[in-house]
Amino acid sequence: MPRIEMTVNGVRYAREVPSHRSLADFLRRDLGLTGTKVACGEAECGACTVIVNGRSVDSCVYPVLKASGADVQTIEGVAGSYQDAQSSDELHPLQEAFAEYGATQCGFCTPGFVMQAKSLLDENANPNDGEIATALKDTLCRCTGYASIVGAVKAAAVKMRTGVLPPPELPHVVDPLAAVGRPLVRPDAVAKVTGSAIFADDLAFEGMLFGATLRSAHAHAKVLSIQTDAATAVPGVVTVLTHRDVPGNERHGLVEHDWPVFAGGVNPARYFGDPIALVVAESLETARNAIDLIDVKYDVLPAVTDPVEARKEYSPVLHPDRPTGNLLKHIAVRHGDVDDGFAKADVVVEQTYRTPRTEHAFMEPECSVAVPAGYDADHATLTIYVGSQIPYSDRSQVADSLAMAETDVRIRGTVMGGGFGGKEDIAAQIHAALAARATSRPVKILYDREESLRFHPKRHATQIRIKTGATREGRIVAVEAELYGDSGAYASLGEKVMTRATTHATGPYAVENAKIDCYAMYTNNAPCGAFRGFGVTQSAFAVESTMDLLAEKLGVDPVELRMKNAMRVGTVTATGQLLRESVGLVECLQKVTDDIRVWHEENAPNADSFWESHRVGGKRLGWGIAAGYKNTGLGGGAPDRAEAEVEVFADGRAAVRTSSAEMGQNLIGVLAACVAEELGLPFADVEVLVMDTDLTPDGGPTTASRQTFVSGNAARYAARDIAGRVREAVATRAGGDASCIVLRDGSVARGSDVLMSFAEAVTLLEEAGEPTRVRHVYEAPKTQPLGTGGDMHFAFSFAVHAALVSVDVETGEVAVEKVVAAHDVGRAVNPLSLTGQLEGGIVMGLGNALTEHYIEHDGIPWTRRLGQYKMPNITMMPEITNHIVEHPVTEGPYGAKGVGEISSIPISPAIASGVFNAVGVRCLALPLDQDALLLAMRAGSSVLESRWGDR
Amino acid sequence: MYLYVKARRGSPAPTYRSPWLLYPLFEDDLFGHDIVMDTWDSYFRPSSREEALFLIDRYGTRARIIAGGTDLILDLRSADAERPQAVVDITALPGVDRIVEEGDKIVIGAGATHGTIAVDPLVRRHGTSLSEASSVVGGPQVRNVATIGGNLAHALPAADGTTGLLVLETEVLVLGGDGGANGTWRPLHTLFAGAGTNTLDHNQFIGAIRFPKSGDNHGSAFDRIMRPQGVALPMLAAAAAISWDKASGTVDATAIAVGPAGPVPVRAVEAETFLSGKEPSETNLRETIRLVQDNSTFRTSAFRATREYRYEMVPVLLTRVIGRALARAGYGGFPRLGTEEDGDAED
Repeated sequence: MPRIEMTVNGVRYAREVPSHRSLADFLRRDLGLTGTKVACGEAECGACTVIVNGRSVDSCVYPVLKASGADVQTIEGVAGSYQDAQSSDELHPLQEAFAEYGATQCGFCTPGFVMQAKSLLDENANPNDGEIATALKDTLCRCTGYASIVGAVKAAAVKMRTGVLPPPELPHVVDPLAAVGRPLVRPDAVAKVTGSAIFADDLAFEGMLFGATLRSAHAHAKVLSIQTDAATAVPGVVTVLTHRDVPGNERHGLVEHDWPVFAGGVNPARYFGDPIALVVAESLETARNAIDLIDVKYDVLPAVTDPVEARKEYSPVLHPDRPTGNLLKHIAVRHGDVDDGFAKADVVVEQTYRTPRTEHAFMEPECSVAVPAGYDADHATLTIYVGSQIPYSDRSQVADSLAMAETDVRIRGTVMGGGFGGKEDIAAQIHAALAARATSRPVKILYDREESLRFHPKRHATQIRIKTGATREGRIVAVEAELYGDSGAYASLGEKVMTRATTHATGPYAVENAKIDCYAMYTNNAPCGAFRGFGVTQSAFAVESTMDLLAEKLGVDPVELRMKNAMRVGTVTATGQLLRESVGLVECLQKVTDDIRVWHEENAPNADSFWESHRVGGKRLGWGIAAGYKNTGLGGGAPDRAEAEVEVFADGRAAVRTSSAEMGQNLIGVLAACVAEELGLPFADVEVLVMDTDLTPDGGPTTASRQTFVSGNAARYAARDIAGRVREAVATRAGGDASCIVLRDGSVARGSDVLMSFAEAVTLLEEAGEPTRVRHVYEAPKTQPLGTGGDMHFAFSFAVHAALVSVDVETGEVAVEKVVAAHDVGRAVNPLSLTGQLEGGIVMGLGNALTEHYIEHDGIPWTRRLGQYKMPNITMMPEITNHIVEHPVTEGPYGAKGVGEISSIPISPAIASGVFNAVGVRCLALPLDQDALLLAMRAGSSVLESRWGDR
Repeated sequence: MYLYVKARRGSPAPTYRSPWLLYPLFEDDLFGHDIVMDTWDSYFRPSSREEALFLIDRYGTRARIIAGGTDLILDLRSADAERPQAVVDITALPGVDRIVEEGDKIVIGAGATHGTIAVDPLVRRHGTSLSEASSVVGGPQVRNVATIGGNLAHALPAADGTTGLLVLETEVLVLGGDGGANGTWRPLHTLFAGAGTNTLDHNQFIGAIRFPKSGDNHGSAFDRIMRPQGVALPMLAAAAAISWDKASGTVDATAIAVGPAGPVPVRAVEAETFLSGKEPSETNLRETIRLVQDNSTFRTSAFRATREYRYEMVPVLLTRVIGRALARAGYGGFPRLGTEEDGDAED
């Protein structure tokens, strides 16, 4: 092997390396500098950015031998380089600013951003927005929506020039409590900005093996035989596993157990991503090369890849054991009498819309590392390290397939590089566990981006027909809708997702009569499951586009129409739920409309309405507006509970533990704030542990915008329990009534008298024999199944988005210039991370409207690389104004309800509406295609049915 | 930044072929299942042309030349790529990244990166179309590594650098073969054999490019239309270079390139011939555009652009690049083409 010498962060290294090694792999694997991340492997996303001889490069495609003799700087050396030169701070100003501005969420892209931003600041001490966008164009973030990153880069530049970091500007919120309501920097921020946060692929164990998965070559095929001898014979291959090696349940699944651990035997391959075999080898290279030597004989079956076709009788059936054929679920909403409603309608509009199958594109591809039971002192049980949204569900599915007791399996969560719903289903957890047990050695299975795209469940593609009737006065009297959802090869959460699409298909409006039918269908496409918005993103596009059609036909202002029909306290939803509190939709509409008014006063004072087209240079600009709502929690009668444990220590600190997932959304900061609030402790004195099935109680799935509500409440009540005991114990010692005693600022006080420190109070508790560790199971308010009336959900969040869209009249290029948004979130628990959630969700929704489409043809994906799946980059970021509306939920923690998904929901229809108002073409399918849009504009047509990705 | 250019060997998967595809070699491509990681056996970084030529001669067809490698490495990692035994990195050759004046020409080493070219004052002055093209290749991290030599060798019909250079009377220094280590200069257009295929023999590589220095009466420009979705190549790219005869008020010489308009990069000869010697009037511009539209073979490529859209983009891009090139050549009065909307009042 060639020998290479290199200086990394000022340290001279000499190593022998394989000649094909990339610089990223050399840093990560040979030097153990795992701060540099690999997210795409194709120079597309910039996560692996390091600086070589003063120039930033994508280290994933940079041959290490090209860097022979070079001076390399990585995230691990950034702070040091600054300290020596200019200060004694522990962080580089960029690192400090990324933490303070909330510019790190999941943290997987952060090292690349810091390095690329550093290379910018090295050359330009005072960059403007345009220069920052140019420099960061190919450095991708899926969480933040980039606004906080731009803010952080500018703030760091200010600090480097003046020595002072300016604070971030945040939207107005109600007065904060001690911890709740304050923009506290997330607990893991420093680990993430320094590259020391450990993601699953950053782990390595002595004797660790590597797995690589062979996947189906067909969208639908019976597996006749699998010949593994040639692969097994390769030096370095330890074993090859197939369906014959699964001792327990051959199938897993979150709702239905329909997804084979390996296709083969009785289970055909039902999509192009189905696993056939797993090669386990001494090196990743050996494993990946050996899968080519596995000979699989298939009997190719006819594939059905259109959900409407899938419902027809002649269609091939994917799961013959199911009584309903390809119909995963028929979901029906019946409310009032639609015939009666349409009879009262003066106008009726009807239209059919299509939304794309989209990809989460979380920056961290899936990785599982399994360590066999008894391997070393740290691993008494079979342990799987993974970033998962539902650790306890992983545990039960692994145990079930390995025919083990659940308690003999431990899931240990690693720092997780984004999820957005895409890390709820099993990825490599079962395979890694099987391989570790078969080989008695640790096994890592890392998916590269191509495998991640190919394998994991997507957002459902839908076709939605909506017919809406209204009176002349603009009151909606009837909605009839039919939805088809393409759930792909396996159930995943398809039924739940499409149920949410259906129950939200009347929009956030009071509708007396509704008849909605949804068909969630199995097809031979990639499975579809949870994705931020959970079906509501899809139906909102159809509902809100129809509201615009209705406004046009009635000749009323679209805001007025929405205002007239908006849900308010007292409204009964289409599922029969009376809304008793926390319905901030009207205030959201008002706040957004006020901003549009101000824009017009400044930019177009003579406009007749807010929805006119404005000509600016070669572009036409138009505003579009849309509203949305989204349930918090599982709902529909499912028991919705979370358990958390709070422990206090005699050094005055506290810990909170729950299995709920931290995937970038800052649940850990929410939990810490709840506990700090109840115990009167400084935020920094609360330590958080999540996602460990041995050490943390079950917080349930991190989905449905539920964790702030349920785990937040569990932590709050557990802490409140301990606070009560502290008050009693202190009252017993100091005399007086416990109810007069307060916990604040790390001490225990009565009025203005500080009685003792919190640490002393904990000692008192211990002496009194009171528990210092308390668990609380929070049970959310009961909900009712669809069709039974009553409360289907215990809370809803509301939002209104307005988008100022420009269309280039010569090229059809579409850009979103501005977004004004208002979200009713109940209570802003942490305004900093809340704003980050809102900005990130808005930009993700912008991708849904303009760029993103996971394209498959006949079940074979065209989208195979991140370069073929463009999420919005920094140059597409609009200027965003956020308004926080806080209509508290009595039952929520400090009034809070869910915010994770709502920010992604109204933005797509708002953009489509803006395009219509700019150039008069209504786009009925997403994502928009500038080619087709321009041709439609030239042809003078007012409706565009095609979209990017149509054949 | 990802493009496949090599045809795959014996793909195990059923290949989807859209009837719309024109260049399946680089657009319908994606059936390499797995990333191959040990992409080659040996990596050489020679320090002289002779050493580099010796290596590629010795390994023959089992050697590949690598410069920045931002495209090549991804290509080699795909499962169906021909696996080379040796990779020869030419970026350590003396002077391979130089940008210099030599007599009446600007010479750019094949290893000069797009990042360097984009900001180089000599290129900005004498090869503005290349400067503008290089500045939009990939993102900054890719531009810091990707080279002009690699861009040309890749031989894509609408690569930014290639389009920018086509209008500059560019010559390419081909090293190896009969030309030996000194190489021979060839016109740029002789480099392209087909989409993703160049005319170099396996024992040859590109050492440098050169183009004439630009007089005060000469200007060039590059522009392109991209879509924001998952396609790396432009929907349409265009470049123009123009010499302006101030005395007669006419265009002296014209070079126009629009692509993709066929499997190899091409110049719009009919339009160039027409505009040369003419006044840059609106009528003449319209005729120039019509000649490009009529004489170009625009095709629909799936997910990238329709034939009709490309046709519609010709006037948009040509107005931009001819207008900018003329302004740089010293003529600022170039007419803007009227559109239907010009009558509208600005808000």
